[in-house]
Amino acid sequence: MEITVTINGSDHASDVEPRTLLVDHIRRTVGLTGTHVGCDTTSCGACTVLMDGKPVKACTVLAAQADGAEVTTVEGLKTADGLHPIQSAFTDDHGLQCGFCTPGMMLVGASLISENPDPSEDDVRWAISGNLCRCTGYMNIVKAIQTAAARVAESSNGS
Amino acid sequence: MAAPTTPAEIGGIGHSVQRKEDARLIEGQGNFLDDIDLPNTLHMAILRSPLAHARINGIDSSAATALDGVVAVVTGDLMDQHGLAWMPTLSGDTQAVLATDKVRYQGQEVAAVIATDPYIATDALELIEVDYEDLPPITTPQQSLEEGAALIRDEKEGQTDNLAYTWETGDKVATEEAFAQADQVVTLETHYPRSHPAPLETCGILADVNSVTGQATIYMTSQAPHAHRTLFAMVAGLPEQNIRIVSPDIGGGFGNKVPIYPGYVVATAASLLIGQPVKWVESRTENLISTGFARDYYMKGELAVTDEGRILGLRVNMLSDQGAFYSDAQPTQFRAGLFHVVTGSYDFPAAHIDCRGAFTNKAPGGVAYRCSFRITEASYLIERLVQNAAYEVGIDPAEMRLRNFIQPEQFPYETATGFVYDSGDYPTALRTALDEVGYEDLRREQAEARAEGRLIGIGIAHFTEAVGAGPSHTYDIAGLKMIDSAELRVHPTGKAILKLGVKTQGQGHETTFAQIVAEVLGIPANDIKVEHGDTDHTPYGLGTYASRSTPVGGAATAVVARKLADKAKKIAAHLLEAAEEDIELASGVLSVAGSPDRSVTIQDIALAAYTNLPEGMEYGLEDVTYYDPPNLTYPYGSYIVVVEVDPDTGVWQVQRMVALDDCGVRINPMIVEGQICGGLTEGFAMSAMQWITFDDDGNCIGANFMDYLVPTAWETPRFELLATEVPSPHHPIGAKGVGESATVGSPAAFVNAVIDALAHLGVRNIDMPVLPDRVWAAIDEAS
Repeated sequence: MEITVTINGSDHASDVEPRTLLVDHIRRTVGLTGTHVGCDTTSCGACTVLMDGKPVKACTVLAAQADGAEVTTVEGLKTADGLHPIQSAFTDDHGLQCGFCTPGMMLVGASLISENPDPSEDDVRWAISGNLCRCTGYMNIVKAIQTAAARVAESSNGS
Repeated sequence: MAAPTTPAEIGGIGHSVQRKEDARLIEGQGNFLDDIDLPNTLHMAILRSPLAHARINGIDSSAATALDGVVAVVTGDLMDQHGLAWMPTLSGDTQAVLATDKVRYQGQEVAAVIATDPYIATDALELIEVDYEDLPPITTPQQSLEEGAALIRDEKEGQTDNLAYTWETGDKVATEEAFAQADQVVTLETHYPRSHPAPLETCGILADVNSVTGQATIYMTSQAPHAHRTLFAMVAGLPEQNIRIVSPDIGGGFGNKVPIYPGYVVATAASLLIGQPVKWVESRTENLISTGFARDYYMKGELAVTDEGRILGLRVNMLSDQGAFYSDAQPTQFRAGLFHVVTGSYDFPAAHIDCRGAFTNKAPGGVAYRCSFRITEASYLIERLVQNAAYEVGIDPAEMRLRNFIQPEQFPYETATGFVYDSGDYPTALRTALDEVGYEDLRREQAEARAEGRLIGIGIAHFTEAVGAGPSHTYDIAGLKMIDSAELRVHPTGKAILKLGVKTQGQGHETTFAQIVAEVLGIPANDIKVEHGDTDHTPYGLGTYASRSTPVGGAATAVVARKLADKAKKIAAHLLEAAEEDIELASGVLSVAGSPDRSVTIQDIALAAYTNLPEGMEYGLEDVTYYDPPNLTYPYGSYIVVVEVDPDTGVWQVQRMVALDDCGVRINPMIVEGQICGGLTEGFAMSAMQWITFDDDGNCIGANFMDYLVPTAWETPRFELLATEVPSPHHPIGAKGVGESATVGSPAAFVNAVIDALAHLGVRNIDMPVLPDRVWAAIDEAS
């Protein structure tokens, strides 16, 4: 079937099998491999992308369901102005080790900050509770998301 | 902590240098196995046994073969024609690659489909008909060793029962004498349950064998690419120089990516036979049911103690559940890994351990899940025993430990089982942690809470690990000595490339190993590129597991950098017209002793190494070191956990977790703390929720992340970290390794905390995971 998905601002028209998963479409058809697969059952969140601004787990969304949608992947976080604050905060606060969960974590974090500019530790922990990390113990991920929120708030206050 | 000796812009030891790995990973530019795409790649899916024990009477793959897009269906018979139906394991057993005679566990590999598309490969699995004849499944090692139990390994010559191995160590007579002297014998019987490392990236391979040239390029999620190349050469008969293993970015390993799994062998054989690249990436269910389980030891420990709380001896009897094949990844001499570190942090003269392993109808694996070969089990047992002994003797659990610790002046200390601990100050570590947590106040609060019917528990674990295998006189895997290597080249502009035999899976080697070079030569860490994982472009090594990268590979890095420093001093003497012995090197400046204004930089030296040398000196600034460690290293730590248990539900909550680690010199404190937080979380996971269970038919229950619970951010406790720093005296930079400490040490602290909350009721054991229903049952039984 014919679908058009806007991924990181570019339209991608393709003919896909109806059963094609969004994550496979992003990785194999479009060729953006920053979105990972960790479990196939919506449990781990490594495949998280933003669909029309909301985090979804792309391993249990059909590509067909994304027809006409705007999808943001990790490759779309950086803009002409540079890294997204969530990206630099993950480095500064050592919020990643192997880096496999990181794209999903950052997208959930970016989405949280856009809705809640000053999230508490519990807010962050709850927001990322659908995303598993096996390396960090989460402490630095929580810290990084809070750092990013503070930087976003600071720059919008300043402007 | 010792202050760094280099300025921040050089970033030597002790600086929390930001990680070089991050730049690509935060932009989605990592290069994980499944991200690699080669032209004409075929995709493999594996048909797995639904039954735990059954004879295979026939396989009909005609419908699958006929499916559009299917290129081949591989069965055990086809593999057998090439001598590859079975493969050796790392523990000297053999393991079926694809089943030919019978299946011995649920999830065992039976056939593989190679197709043009991964969806089609999976579709085709459903078209394969296998005629199974049920056999009785054996799901516990106790059943397995009963008289008359069905023989699981009937194909194995000389095997008449289900015993996989026996092993004993220590001095039995001396231990019996110690027990004869004891006022009390404290006994603990407990099961360390089957667990799975479950790195977020599953295992996979992309095998590209060129049938014309014979070149096999194998991309693989490998913690040990060099060792795997050698094993591929031995198993498949391929010439080793034609095998190139590339281990790309790895999404966590934790031991899961140490063994060679059947899927790797089938994909490589398929690529060889078909002449196209073949990719196989495990699904999460395949990962959890078939590769890399860990633990599963039934342990009985007995501690001989005096009425004053002095430990006289330790006796341990164990039974391990090996699954259908004995495929533990561990040094050859040690049938139960380094379990004999079970004497822990304590000074007592006698110990004896005996251990049996049994075959069952479960998946094999026996990996050392974030642990230096069974050390987690050992540490858990002794720390649980010591805590229980304190209750029986009637002294405080902290005091019990302080009375029995090996004292700082006793190092190097030889344990009753033959380890020679290198260094430590255990009393200071424990006292520091006790002070931080406010131990005496907590004991008062605990007593007050009990009076109100509330259950507070304080659990301590003081662990000692034996890591960094290891010295060539004792440690090998499949005959390969457990040395490791580093190769360093400084280019004319002063920038360097460091190549390693070890391989990161998230530990940050590209950063920390550059810092070791920066420390020695004064070249900024950011000017040093670290390469690893590609066997054609790195020196030989045994890989990253058992916390061995820093103890062995890190030592090799320091030694090779020192070799270059020696040459740099010779060149500096030439340039400065001074005597070589008068040249001093500090933070990248080589100066004449007593005349600091007469100096050159390491960058000047690098240029001179290619342009202006003393007569007779070989050009270049490059060397390689193979490091054979003189001993293991022995990191340790004191962990204290405070919990509150709800007496009505058995639910327990961690209120505080204070973790003091002493891993010797810390190369990058930020990365070390990150490792500790991750390890503590996995220790918490094992104590609270993670386990792989089976029903009586051998069905694996923990087959996905909805049934196999790993902690999310919501359940994971907050950690308070502390450090002391007693360097390893034999390691070139005094470092000991840290990646596994917290997983090894923390489970006992969490469980001891829950037991401590219930100790006044007489509760002495709840098996892990300490689930609320088990806690509730223990309270109910006690009252």
